[in-house]
Amino acid sequence: MPLVEIRDVRKEFPARSRGGSPTVAVDGVDLDVEAGEIFGIVGYSGAGKSTLVRLVNALEPATSGSIRVDGTEIVGLGERSLQRVRRDIGMIFQQFNLMNSRTVYGNIAFPLQVAGVPKSEHRKRISELLHFVGLADKALAYPDQLSGGQKQRVGIARALATSPKLLLADEATSALDPETTQEVLALLKQVNTELGITIVLITHEMEVIKTIADKVAVMEDGKVIEQGPVFDLFSRPQHPATRRFVSTLVADQPPERALQVLRERHDGRFVTLAFRDPAVRQSQVFAELISRDVAFELVYGGIEDIQGETFGNLTLSLTGDPTQVEAALGAVRALVDVREVAA
Amino acid sequence: MFDDTRLLDLTDLLREEFFTTLYIVGLTLLVGGLLGLALGLALSTTRRGGLLANRPVFVVLNLLVNFFRPIPFVIFIGAVQPFARVVVGTGIGEKAIIFAMTLAATFGISRIVEQNLVSVDPGVIEAARSMGAGRLRIVLTVLLPEALGPLILGYTFVVVAIIDMSAIAGAIGAGGLGAFALQYGWRQFDTVVTWTTVLIIVALVQIAQFAGNGLARKVMRR
Ligand SMILES: Nc1ncnc2c1ncn2[C@@H]1O[C@H](COP(=O)(O)OP(=O)(O)OP(=O)(O)O)[C@@H](O)[C@H]1O
Ligand SMILES: [Mg+2]
Repeated sequence: MPLVEIRDVRKEFPARSRGGSPTVAVDGVDLDVEAGEIFGIVGYSGAGKSTLVRLVNALEPATSGSIRVDGTEIVGLGERSLQRVRRDIGMIFQQFNLMNSRTVYGNIAFPLQVAGVPKSEHRKRISELLHFVGLADKALAYPDQLSGGQKQRVGIARALATSPKLLLADEATSALDPETTQEVLALLKQVNTELGITIVLITHEMEVIKTIADKVAVMEDGKVIEQGPVFDLFSRPQHPATRRFVSTLVADQPPERALQVLRERHDGRFVTLAFRDPAVRQSQVFAELISRDVAFELVYGGIEDIQGETFGNLTLSLTGDPTQVEAALGAVRALVDVREVAA
Repeated sequence: MFDDTRLLDLTDLLREEFFTTLYIVGLTLLVGGLLGLALGLALSTTRRGGLLANRPVFVVLNLLVNFFRPIPFVIFIGAVQPFARVVVGTGIGEKAIIFAMTLAATFGISRIVEQNLVSVDPGVIEAARSMGAGRLRIVLTVLLPEALGPLILGYTFVVVAIIDMSAIAGAIGAGGLGAFALQYGWRQFDTVVTWTTVLIIVALVQIAQFAGNGLARKVMRR
């Protein structure tokens, strides 16, 4: 049974003005998050990502559909029961959302107080958490004395205080610089592997997905348009929006403007080869071209490593006898996907 | 001018009026502060998107405050006199002025409280909700502590306004420094008495301001 099971969920926000039409923020989403995985959700601004995760811990009630968290149906539950459900789901935020009136210690104590953990147990638990996130010496600091990365570590410690099974992260690294982002992602990975906590992570950066997610869903206009294991989705994006996201990480075909310049410099036939089968080596492909006297130049593209697997798109300009080029491409097609680049 | 002042003869009375002012202002600040806090809490939490969002309640409270708050205090005293008779049993004297001042302070303070509470980062409230905290707990252990610094500054500002109001107490037969200055200073052409009272009031305001600022600084750690 998945830890989070979302079925045909819809969320409408009432129209802002009388007579206006309501905003459909989440529109018929189905999603399964298995226990132990890191599930990424990407999408452009306004796609409904935040709304979707806020339905999972019922910060907003779903308009219709079913959401089961660890077996419990939460749609339609009363506020009291929801408070109980929320205690077992941690959440971290883009702006950290720490209480400035409390020290780091006080911030982490808050969820313990809410959950009714006896005060005598606070010190030990908080010290454990602070060691885990690497802030053992900051217990008495106030949030405004910490860097962004440190604040997010406190956020993580606070979210883990009551040992939840599920952690929701809404753009948790979007306010951080690249280096700090990597540190926080490494910490989240550690939360996942060492503590076995399932993570649902929202982001608009494919880099984040690439670094830690196992599965990913792409959202657009309130719908999940594509989902699957990260490598599959990265190497075989189906939907145009997914392609655009993947191309922020791995060059796809050259965009229109770049293409014009490339055409001026190279007069061969342009094809894009997609490498995604780890058993196929680039040298095999190039050998096929060379054996038929087809000259090639690499004009565009890139190769990425996704969780130990390599894939990428290389656009080549091929010159040679047209029938030989055709024959060579026939052989290459047996190895990799070949796409013509439109003239 | 120092020859014909009656200041020395009036020192006992001045001391008495000083404590009367302290009493009126202190009681108004206490009761008006608590009621204003409650009303401000209600205003800020019932508005759209608030923790207890409730449109009808908000509209009624908002209207109530908007209606009473702009009334000039001198007129306000007269306007609420009938209520004073019902609530404190008299329309004149110390009790009546405290009643009127408390009511006016409640409305004034409620707006200050409301302003400071709505400016608390909604993200922090959301975080507390995500941890399963109930509404009352959020109000008491998140909302109020997060806004405490500005709230103290707001109260400090109100202290000055309340001392100002208390000067009018004489209008309905209550005492205090304001009434004293008018009666024995201004009407008797005794500039020394007037200015002595003024200086005492200024000192009172300064002390309140100083204490408030210090406390707020301590709470806000800067
Ligand atoms: N409380 C709300 N009331 C009304 N409309 C809302 C509310 N919250 C979100 N929306 C609308 O729902 C849609 C989805 O918003 P959401 O915040 O879920 O997007 P998002 O994918 O998280 O975007 P971003 O990347 O900018 O955070 C938007 O059109 C937004 O305006
Ligand atoms: Mg969002």
